[in-house]
Amino acid sequence: MKLMWFHLMPYTELPEDFREAHPSVWVDIHSSLFDPKRAHRMYNDFMDELEYAADCGYDAICVNEHHSNGYGLMPSPNLIASALARRTSQVPICVMGNSLALYNPPTRVAEEFAMLDVISGGRLIAGFPVGTPMDTCFAYGQNPSMLRERYLEAHDLVIKAWTERDTFAFNGRFNQQRYVNIWPRPVQQPHPPIWIPGGGSVETWQWCAEMDYVYCYLSYYGYKAGKATMDGFWAEMDRLGKDRNPYRAGFAQVVAVAESRQQAIDLYTEPAEYFFNRCLHVDPRFASPAGYSTEATQRAGLESMVKKAANAQTLITGDKTNRGMTMADFVDRGYVVIGSPDEVVEQLNALADDLNVGHLMLLMQFGSMGKELTQYNTKLFAEKVMPRMRPRFAEWEDRWWPKPMAEDERATIPAFRQAAE
Amino acid sequence: MSGPELSTVDINGFPTRIWRKGSGAPLGFLAGFGGLPRWVPFLDRLAEHRTVIVPSLPGFPGGDRGHSVLDSHLDWVLAVRQTLLAAGLEGADLAGSSVGASFAAEMAAIWPGSVRRLALSAPFGLFDESDPPTDAWAQRADRVAGLMCADPEKWTALKAMPEGANSVEWPIEQTRATEAAARIFWPLGNTRLERRLSLITAPTLILWGEQDRIMPSRYAGRIAARLADPKEIRMIPGAGHLAELDQPDEVASAILSWTG
Repeated sequence: MKLMWFHLMPYTELPEDFREAHPSVWVDIHSSLFDPKRAHRMYNDFMDELEYAADCGYDAICVNEHHSNGYGLMPSPNLIASALARRTSQVPICVMGNSLALYNPPTRVAEEFAMLDVISGGRLIAGFPVGTPMDTCFAYGQNPSMLRERYLEAHDLVIKAWTERDTFAFNGRFNQQRYVNIWPRPVQQPHPPIWIPGGGSVETWQWCAEMDYVYCYLSYYGYKAGKATMDGFWAEMDRLGKDRNPYRAGFAQVVAVAESRQQAIDLYTEPAEYFFNRCLHVDPRFASPAGYSTEATQRAGLESMVKKAANAQTLITGDKTNRGMTMADFVDRGYVVIGSPDEVVEQLNALADDLNVGHLMLLMQFGSMGKELTQYNTKLFAEKVMPRMRPRFAEWEDRWWPKPMAEDERATIPAFRQAAE
Repeated sequence: MSGPELSTVDINGFPTRIWRKGSGAPLGFLAGFGGLPRWVPFLDRLAEHRTVIVPSLPGFPGGDRGHSVLDSHLDWVLAVRQTLLAAGLEGADLAGSSVGASFAAEMAAIWPGSVRRLALSAPFGLFDESDPPTDAWAQRADRVAGLMCADPEKWTALKAMPEGANSVEWPIEQTRATEAAARIFWPLGNTRLERRLSLITAPTLILWGEQDRIMPSRYAGRIAARLADPKEIRMIPGAGHLAELDQPDEVASAILSWTG
């Protein structure tokens, strides 16, 4: 099992009454809540934390893209990934990812991901999300009725830009470019591994199977609520005759470890309540613009195939709109995997058994958690939990992992110096 | 009361519903946001005096998935033009509401000979930063009825699933109508219709629900200012954005007297 350290980069100082006084953490969150000088510290802490996770031996470090979002300060994850590529030397960097339809022309993604792959010496995992409605349709004004068509076309364009050796013309429905010829070209050939973060859409599962991409379910609501969706995914893989290689899938999970369960509850209650009650306080009016979900997905939801998944989602939305929840709720429902190292191992084994996911993306900084506690969580997990989880799924090959340049081919990165000598 | 006569025409490969009822000179009607999943009393009022012809717009109820192949404004206006021709509305009087009014105005502007007299009720297509329309797509489901009609029950009744309807396909059809409107009008509703209004030669009646919570009623004056004479603005008391649902008698009689 791969244990990957994922940072959302939440703004850590949303006010106490955020949930009551503000309609949404996303799209129309008020600018008065953002203090750039405080955010300067946050960004630098967050990047320290990602680098620290690399030093602790996690299999990868992960960043993602959000817009107009109080819990995700990375409109451009590529900027962060670029800095990480210079401050780390071995760890794969997972950009989870670039929402393809938002880039005009989409060859920008082919270029920037190729830059990251070249700078890092072939350590990039290229994530291609459609993007949430909040990011794409509302913050970025994309048309929900054309988003998926644009996404799929942009994907085709990016893949062709990476693989076609000669300058070519792209005559798409939404993109027309007379001269496509990106420089630089990716180190990893034919291209970096492609991972697709998505919701519970049957078409996404089918597409991942067809293209042989990793499907990632990045719910924040943990492995119990995620089971229905992952069951749907594996049922579809069975139906399509694909093997149950756990590395076909990724899953995000909030994890909080301490010496004992009680200590963990004491340490992590505040950041967890901040995360679930403030960071995930999204106005439902931005959640599902007509056209964002395909009719096939709507039909599946209305009929029954993914009804269980849909119901889990409804349950969660209901919670979000009704009231804030407490740590006890998060723990009961499996939103947070928490406890002593033994207890965390037990829960993660249950997750591995139930969901069959080989790529576990760990949210170990969440909500308002400061650097010191984040590093404590990160280190204790690396020392006491990671070695016991790593052997899971050893019988399977991870065909979707970066293939970096050989050590002796790589540039030597000089050590960081505090001041000029 | 009997229902309308139903026919189907092919538009870009999609079966498209045409309703026809009444007798006398033809009068076309293009429906508003949400389309017409069922026949409504307003159309009966028109049919008492005229042959009312109601073609579905692409992606709206009766318009199948016709919106899915329309990528540009040109695609849309050509599809609507084809629909009107297939419905036998060339040269006829034309009325529209909301989304449909926007297309009615486009037809009259781009093909001025194709419309005899025109009636527009709260058309989409304009955007004024100082007085923006409500974002009809960024709404919780339970708020929509109160935004579309002065009396929310009118919208609820329009959209209520009839007995015996397919419980899966009916809600999908309603979502599709909202999507189709988004496909052309996302994100602001601004198709720059304002630039083309001066091309309209048909005498134009502008109707607006006094309680329109989607399109600011001040837009009525903005539109009128760009139209040649003769033109008239008529505000409808007790009506919201879809004034023909709230006040079918008053809206129908305004259209009938204007198109005479």
